[in-house]
Parts: sequence; C-alpha cells; structure tokens
Amino acid sequence: MALPKALSRSPWRSIDRWLPQIVVSPLFAVSLFFVYGFIAWTVYISFTRSGVMPNYTLDGVGQYVRLWATPRWQVALRNLVTFSVLFIGLCLVIGILLAVLLDQRIRIEGAIRTIYLYPMALSFIVTGTVWKWILNPGLGLERVMHRAGFESFTFDWLVNADFAIYTVVIAGVWQSSGYAMALFLAGLRSVDDEVLKAAAIDGAGPLRTYFGIVLPMMRPVFMSTVIILAHLAIKSFDLVMALTGGGPGYATDMPATFMYAYAFQRSELGVAAASAVMMLVTIIAIIVPYLYSELREGRR
Amino acid sequence: MNRRQIDGIVRRGGPWQAVQRGVLFAVLALFCAYYLVPLVVMISTSFKSLDEIRLGTLTSLPQAVTFEAWAKAWGSACVGVRCDGLQPYVWNSVMMVVPAVALSTFLGALNGYALTKWRFRGADVIFALILFGAFIPFQVILLPMARTLGVLGLAGTIPGLIMVHTIYGLAFTTLFFRNFFIGVSDGIVRAAQVDGASFFGIFFRIILPMSLPAIVVTLIWQFTQIWNDFLFGVAFTVGESNPVTVALNNVVNTSTGVKEYNVDMAAAIIAALPTLAVYVLAGSYFVRGLSAGAVKG
Repeated sequence: MALPKALSRSPWRSIDRWLPQIVVSPLFAVSLFFVYGFIAWTVYISFTRSGVMPNYTLDGVGQYVRLWATPRWQVALRNLVTFSVLFIGLCLVIGILLAVLLDQRIRIEGAIRTIYLYPMALSFIVTGTVWKWILNPGLGLERVMHRAGFESFTFDWLVNADFAIYTVVIAGVWQSSGYAMALFLAGLRSVDDEVLKAAAIDGAGPLRTYFGIVLPMMRPVFMSTVIILAHLAIKSFDLVMALTGGGPGYATDMPATFMYAYAFQRSELGVAAASAVMMLVTIIAIIVPYLYSELREGRR
Repeated sequence: MNRRQIDGIVRRGGPWQAVQRGVLFAVLALFCAYYLVPLVVMISTSFKSLDEIRLGTLTSLPQAVTFEAWAKAWGSACVGVRCDGLQPYVWNSVMMVVPAVALSTFLGALNGYALTKWRFRGADVIFALILFGAFIPFQVILLPMARTLGVLGLAGTIPGLIMVHTIYGLAFTTLFFRNFFIGVSDGIVRAAQVDGASFFGIFFRIILPMSLPAIVVTLIWQFTQIWNDFLFGVAFTVGESNPVTVALNNVVNTSTGVKEYNVDMAAAIIAALPTLAVYVLAGSYFVRGLSAGAVKG
C-alpha cells in the first residue's frame, strides 16, 4: 500500500495528521448537543412556567413542588419501588439458580440456553401483548384452572388496581430473567478451575463450593447485573403501556409512563420535564459510581 | 485429577447421582416450559377461530387450524381509523431500521477507531462523555427532540425517526467498537502508517475487514434495539408513519368492537418475527451483544 513519496509529502499529509480529531469532532458535537444540550434544555423547562405551551419565564422549583404534590406521581414512585425490588430480586434468584444448574456439564446446554434467552429478542410490546392474553380475567389462566377443576379460582390481577402492578412484574421477569442467567453463567465460566480443584481437595461439598466460594467471587458480575436490571426497571415504559396502559386508572403508572402522559397527552410540559429530571437524577445516582469504578478497573 | 469429577454439583456415583441428575433435569425442563408456554400460547391462539377461543381454553391446541387471524392481522386489522392491517407499518419499520442501523454502526466504527487507534489528547474524556449517552433515560430528551424535529420539518416522519435512532444509538455502537479495537494491536496501524497509508486507508482496508465479528454483533444489537423500540416511535411519529411496535400496541389496545385475541396474537408474532429470526440464526452474536451491553467488553 506504499504511496509515492511525493504524495505523502503533499499538504494532504498535514490534514491527515488532524483527521482523527476532524472525524470525531462532529460526532462528539452531536453527542454534546443531543445529550447534554437536551438535558440542559429539559432542566431549563422544568424551572419555567411551561404548561400547554413552552413558556420560558422562570418559576424556580414550582414545577417540582407541583410534581411532588401530584398523587399520580406518588403512585408512580411507589410502583417503581415495588416493581424494581420484585423484578430485580426475582431475576437474580432465577438467574443464579439457572446459571448454577446449567454449569453442571449438561450436554444440551446450548439448546436450553437458547430457550431461556429468546424472550430478550422480543419487543416489550410483544411480551405485554402475550401476557395480557394469558392473564386475561375470564378467558385466560382463570379458565384453564376452572376447566382443571378449581372452580373457585379467580385471577383478576390485570384489572385489579391493587394487584395490577404484579402482572407487570410477572411479564418483566419472564422477559429478563434469562438475561440475568446469561450474565451469571459467563461469570461462572470465568472462575478459575484451580479454585474449584482446591475446594474439591479441601472436601467442600457442592453447595459450599457455590455459596461459600464461587458466588462471593462473582461480586462484580452481581453488581453489574443489578445495575443493568435497575436501569431496565427505571426505564420500563413499553411493557406497562402494552400490558396495562398504566391502568386501571393510573394504578400501574411508572415514572416513565407518567412523563409520557404529562408530556404528550396532558400537555403539562413543566411537570413532565421535572419528572424526567427526577428520572435522570435517579439513574445518575446509580450509574455514575458504577461507571467510575468500571473505568478505573479497566485502566488498572 | 479429572476435570469432570471436580467441578459439578454431582460427582458421586451410584443411585444418588442418578436422583440428583434427575432433579437437575426436571428443574431445567420446568423452566424451559416457563419460557416456552407463552410462545406456544401465542402461536396456537393465532391459528384458532374466535369461536374456539370463546369456548376452549388458553392451553388447548387449535381443533380446526385457520389462517384467518393471520390474514386479518397482516392485511385488514384496524390500526386506529385505518384498516390495512400491520403490513404498511412493517414496511415503515423496515424503512426506518435499515438506514438507522447502517448509519449508527458505521459511525460507531469510525468513532471507535479514531478514539482508540489514534489516541489524541482528550480521547478518553470524549469517550466517557459519549458513553454517558447510552445510559440516560430517554424521557429526558423527549421534549427538546420533539421541538427540534418540528423545527427541522421532520416531526412525525420516518427520516426524523431514523435521525433519532442514529444519534442515540451512537453511544452504544461507539462502545462496542472501542472495546473491540482496544484488543487490536496498535502495531498494525503504525506499520501501515509507515507504509504511507492514510487514516481512511487504514480504516477501510485494514481495520474494517478484520472487525467483521464486532460489526455483526453491533448490527444485530442495533437491529434488535431499533426494531423493538416503542418510546421514540410513539413519541415522534403519527398514524401513517408509526413503526410496527406502535401499530401493534394500537391493534391490541383499541377499545372498539369485539376483542379478537387471535388477531392480536398473529399481529404480535408478525412484529416479533424479524428479531426472533435474527436471534435463532445468529444467537451467539446476540448474546455477545448482550454482554457487551453490560459495559464489560
């Protein structure tokens, strides 16, 4: 690929020296504008009087006061906590269990893994549609149980304001627990065989080997899995929209659906912006310390 | 010591081992059923007639297989006021996903290459700042983006949606390629430079051909993300220009008329088929994308 000497000494040569910066700059500028600029813009809206129309008169923390005084926001936050705790907890338990079981030198492991993980390839809208049908009061699971002889079985969580949030958990766990499994399995596979040998020589039983030795070694994997699941939980929007639409009433609203409803349906731009900022703050509180430690580790 | 003996739960011989092995497979099979039953229900319901659904149960297999629900979901189901089925929206998604995936992947590769192989001052800081964009909740950019698309005259259009997906996919694609290129020896680039190869010459003739695995992982990841997206679709498109996920949601959640669960299920399968096919055909690349999405490269 040797170029003629004359060409390599031409003015192109000096432009070539700066090409990396010239190529990165526009992409970086796009990121600065559309990520940081837009965040600043949203933060700004949240401090103004914007209602149905953007109104750029500053209003201090008025929109935040309004947001926190809104019962619907309180419900959304309570739902987020309920959902996150159950969703993350169940995904972790199922993920670890399946990873440990699959680590037992199963011959058809590949096929089983494919089955456990395929829901991750689906859109949350598809998942929501299917579970909406399965949990259908009357025609769904309830009918199956009735036909099986359990006449008094009732299952109306989907339309019951007190329980509907749990249907979101059921569908969410179905979709994402395989992902947790995959992450843990990769972690298990990276544990040094020598450790397992040492444990076996010391006479540690299988349960002690896993719970006393291997799983504690996987703390980094555990941490990143929790972070990823928390991230999914806070952003969960599609699943709620497809499964319950936030209903009955606003019983299954989450911050993400709340923000969408206030921005695009009720046109209360200030409150919507304030709720979006609250979501961002929550994510930052979780992600930034994690990213920081990841990047530091990477440099070491 | 033999490997097989030491790293399984099950290592003693005899009947006890058989019992343990049995329990192990029973639990694994149970979970296979847990993940597969919804898919089976979805497929079997889509082949039933509405009468059969009303009389039968969720788990019963179709007695008389009919393709009516499929035909309706594809060509005549009502999405809002328009009754052309999902077909036009599938094409919307295709028209959106192809350029958005290609653009974001190409730009991510270029970005990752410039940031790792030409480590100019500030490259790490720039990367960290770009990476942050992969984690923000997109709610925080919805209002400004809606406004910006309006100003650009792209509100409610497919090109507008392509732009949004390209911009916000860039953080992920840059991350994928950066993690890949970090493992590529700098010596190759230096040697090519000595030979007089240019920035783009090295990129197109040396770097791109050797990063085929990273390209496949990124293409699959981006395809899955963008095809499955709902938030940007519902926020930035209107009726005619909706992607298929939004159309599916509209089919399923219309309150008018008789609820046709078989059509809902057929529509869901239609919307899921492209990403599911990619998963089945290129599963290992998909899994690599998932773990790369977990930041650790």
